[in-house]
Amino acid sequence: MSMSEFFHMNGYAFYVWGSYGVTLLVLLIEIAMVRHRRQLALRQLRLMNESGDE
Amino acid sequence: MAINWFKYSAPSTFYGLAGKLTPWFAWPAGLLFAAGLYIGFFVAPTDAIQSEAYRIIFIHVPASILSMFLYLILAGYAALGLIFKTRLSSMMASALAPTGALFAFISLWTGALWGKPMWGAWWVWDARLTSELILLFLYLGFIALQASIEDPRRADKASALLAIVGSVNVPIIYYSVQWWNTLHQGATIKMTGTSMHVAMQQGMFMVLAACWLYAIAVALTRVRSIILEREANTQWVKELQEVKQ
Repeated sequence: MSMSEFFHMNGYAFYVWGSYGVTLLVLLIEIAMVRHRRQLALRQLRLMNESGDE
Repeated sequence: MAINWFKYSAPSTFYGLAGKLTPWFAWPAGLLFAAGLYIGFFVAPTDAIQSEAYRIIFIHVPASILSMFLYLILAGYAALGLIFKTRLSSMMASALAPTGALFAFISLWTGALWGKPMWGAWWVWDARLTSELILLFLYLGFIALQASIEDPRRADKASALLAIVGSVNVPIIYYSVQWWNTLHQGATIKMTGTSMHVAMQQGMFMVLAACWLYAIAVALTRVRSIILEREANTQWVKELQEVKQ
């Protein structure tokens, strides 16, 4: 099986890669959002601590 | 040896535990995704009827299973929070909702991309597809309801009721292919055995395991943020190393 044959998926490339591509994209977006939420929460807490110290 | 089972039901102790556990789920998830998809694409043979299109199965079935199980776990946590007023249970329910919604979406998306070449339609209003769509709306409704109520404890209560009532939908999804005449095929893997090729099974179960580990890692990370947000005014949060620096 050659590379182009593999990517061609016997004519079903759009359906197969469309499935896995969007899945990968959605998972990466979720990972980014989860990380962002943690950074946001920590930043908020640091701000609260700073204002409390003064 | 006496074990204090309730020790980790306190958000303050669970926060640290969840942080330590996360990498142990995240890295194996990545490895199993890679190995499962390798088997799915390079070891499993071409299907006699569906040709290469069937390879969508390696993500479609695990995502669908996860979307249903995560909902039941979510509803279970929500019920625990409602009955025993344990804060952490309600936080876990909130942490699971986006990931469950995501798997329901992947299930519907990959199903549409599989339905088009095999059935000739992206979407049909049949029992299996419709009940899975309702599952996605239940997740989104749970998230929206929580977001719309300012007081977290009241939000927990209201959304817990929604989650518990909505859990009726999960057995409906599961049995829909038996109860109604649907376009969607029935279960291929049963207690009595399966006609599925062994490499196809291995690939699918590895991706399924990967999805489980992924969901746990993401939910643990998310619940840590929820704990920080809700316990922002407590002393233990103020004294956390990552907050102080």
